Amino acid sequence: MAQGGYAIELRGISKAFGPVQANRDISVAVPKGTIHGIIGENGAGKSTLMSILYGFYRADSGEILINGTPTTIPDSQSAIRAGIGMVFQHFKLVQNFTVLENVILGAEEGAMLARSLSKARKVLGDLSREYELDVDPDAVIEDLSVGHQQRVEILKALYRQADILILDEPTGVLTPAEADHLFRILRGLRDQGKTVILITHKLREIMETTDNVSVMRRGTMVGTVKTAQTSPEELAELMVGRKVLLEVEKAPPTVGRTVLSVENLSVTDEHGVIRLKGVSFDIKAGEILGIAGVAGNGQSELLEALGGIARATGRVTLNGAELPLSGAGADGRSRRAAGIAHVPEDRQHLGLIMDFTAWENVAFGYHDAPEYQKNALFMDNDALRADTARKMERFDVRPPIPSLPAKSFSGGNQQKIVVAREIERHPDLLLIGQPTRGVDIGAIEFIHKQIVALRDAGKAILLVSVELDEIRSLSDRIAVMFDGRIMGFRDPETTDERE
Amino acid sequence: MDYATLLQLLDTTIRLATPLLFACLAGLYSERAGIFDIGLEGKMLMAAMASASVAYLTGSVWMGVLAGIGASLILAGIHGIASITFRGNQLISGVALNFVASGITVLVAQRLFGQGGRTPPLEGDARFAPITLPFAEALRDVPILGPLYYEVISGHPFLVYLGFATVPLTWWVLYRTRFGLRLRAVGENPAAVDTAGISVVGLRFAAVAITGVLCGLAGAYMATALQAGFGREMTAGRGYIALAALIFAKWRPVAALWACLLFGFFQALALRPDVVEGVLQFKVPVTFLDALPYVLTVLVLAGFVGKAIPPRAGGEPYVKER
Repeated sequence: MAQGGYAIELRGISKAFGPVQANRDISVAVPKGTIHGIIGENGAGKSTLMSILYGFYRADSGEILINGTPTTIPDSQSAIRAGIGMVFQHFKLVQNFTVLENVILGAEEGAMLARSLSKARKVLGDLSREYELDVDPDAVIEDLSVGHQQRVEILKALYRQADILILDEPTGVLTPAEADHLFRILRGLRDQGKTVILITHKLREIMETTDNVSVMRRGTMVGTVKTAQTSPEELAELMVGRKVLLEVEKAPPTVGRTVLSVENLSVTDEHGVIRLKGVSFDIKAGEILGIAGVAGNGQSELLEALGGIARATGRVTLNGAELPLSGAGADGRSRRAAGIAHVPEDRQHLGLIMDFTAWENVAFGYHDAPEYQKNALFMDNDALRADTARKMERFDVRPPIPSLPAKSFSGGNQQKIVVAREIERHPDLLLIGQPTRGVDIGAIEFIHKQIVALRDAGKAILLVSVELDEIRSLSDRIAVMFDGRIMGFRDPETTDERE
Repeated sequence: MDYATLLQLLDTTIRLATPLLFACLAGLYSERAGIFDIGLEGKMLMAAMASASVAYLTGSVWMGVLAGIGASLILAGIHGIASITFRGNQLISGVALNFVASGITVLVAQRLFGQGGRTPPLEGDARFAPITLPFAEALRDVPILGPLYYEVISGHPFLVYLGFATVPLTWWVLYRTRFGLRLRAVGENPAAVDTAGISVVGLRFAAVAITGVLCGLAGAYMATALQAGFGREMTAGRGYIALAALIFAKWRPVAALWACLLFGFFQALALRPDVVEGVLQFKVPVTFLDALPYVLTVLVLAGFVGKAIPPRAGGEPYVKER
């Protein structure tokens, strides 16, 4: 496997941003023609390391060897010349350009476009036959699915004759089927002699796809192991530095009365498209109902309608009282007053104001709570700060500084702030969307425990997630959504991924 | 309204649309690259003053045009440094430059000529003369088309033809060349350009420079072709009208031509209240006609023309992310 030597060898790479040491003396060697995983929590320094490799940053010290030759990579152009291609987590595509235009951008043949376009058309045809990378070259990017857009990014790299392909969290936005297809493509590339570096925090992908895996923690390289000789438990422990429970531990549910009853709920968006097509279900006290399905099949609209953000039709009762679905009383504030807490799917847009401090964010939605008032006119900011400090301590938010702006926290800690704000109000019903998107393994474990604890306290929980593992391990019942409808209810024990 | 009057109206439309067209295409290059430029007005004004002054002093209209382009380029360069290098707010930089231009033009003209902030009238070679196109005289008697060719299409100064030729040229640059592809890309997603190993800063400065050249031509045309000399605030908001036309045209070159002709037509109407009265059969106040192009501008900017989606990265300084 490694008879061809190393595609990439990093020796003693260090990089600091001010006082923060993002990479500390990192050495790793990636054999040619292998799929090499790099795994670590958010902030472990994976992205910094890859940015150094792609010429976005220069290392403070250390050496990079490409195919055995010491190489300096001062900018992206040099990285491309050295045969490195990068597929970023957030695609770098021009949305209103065609696939062809995106592929040739920066790699044109001469000043006129015609020749570049016809050459690219031919090369793309060859590449897509060779690697299962079929994309319509004349399609406009914004009309393509996320999976196809990612293929365009891979094609871009291959068109530039990359031998080493780096993918940063490639499956975060993909459906399970799309992810499987991606891994087939990556194996095909490896079999043709290309070297693939896969950066991810998902243990399952590492186990299924890679030949070797390097684990990073807090800026250092903890170790490199053969994938075949390790286990998810061992990798998780290496990542976090302590034993981690990958499965949620929970007792069988003690189900009580019906808390939420939804009948024939429909939502039509501003373009007149019906997003939610008459769904009906109940959730009982002490029960977690998980909504599974590929993103964009009405789950977001369901959360928004119940959370009072989107207008809807149908009938919804909470503890027997009917909730207004449009007009007066159909807003987040009334919902909160009725006993519904909402952890929105997109925490950075709906859950937090990134420039505001943690304590200001903790006040949102509950700013008129009596304990935060000094008198009729003024808020008691000291009480609010003290309350935030308490919540941060209980939810292990790091660093536990209420005056820090939300954007200074890592994704996991941001999510803990939102979850703390909502759960600590002891709502009768918790709506929670993508609770662990972009959250570290350690924090995932913690948030899952909090959700289960709320359930065990006899509350009802509606959980929406694109992570099927999460739905399966947390839910007491699973509803599968497709095209705005609930296709059926499943028992978590017997559901498999394809459904 | 008879045919002769219509032709006069169209002839005036073409003359008045030309500075709008230069300015509109100027804005197109900049905004397609992601740099909003509200300072078209100031650049035109600066170019008008510089070109009229130099044309008067040297007696050569061509020197005047060069000076106009140079003056406009200086303002464009400042805008570029403020908004690209220092990542400042593009609107504020543009507004500030408009104020600077408004003041400095009068100041310099007064210092040079002492005529109340205007330049002396330009004559002879210091001004663009009309060009009679081939066969214009010979074809003049051909019914319908002959007079159209003679009156409307022929008989304009060189810059008018240059302005109209810039439309297909811009289309070709934008959609058929590597530079155009990169220019459009940098206005939509500079990160894509950056990761492809192309300089975002270099591309944006190139776009801003083209804007400077075209605004220079717009101003020079005002002072040395449309009129004979510079006068205080002579651009009269044309830079803003050109911006409205650009939005109306949804940042596309050929549509920009039609938008500028429309605005030019309204300006031409304002000069002929008698014609408007003849067609409508009642008297329209001249002030209302004068206001029409500006009213249309407000309507366009307020979004009455349907959804116009600007380049996605427009107005936002590019900061390299991880």
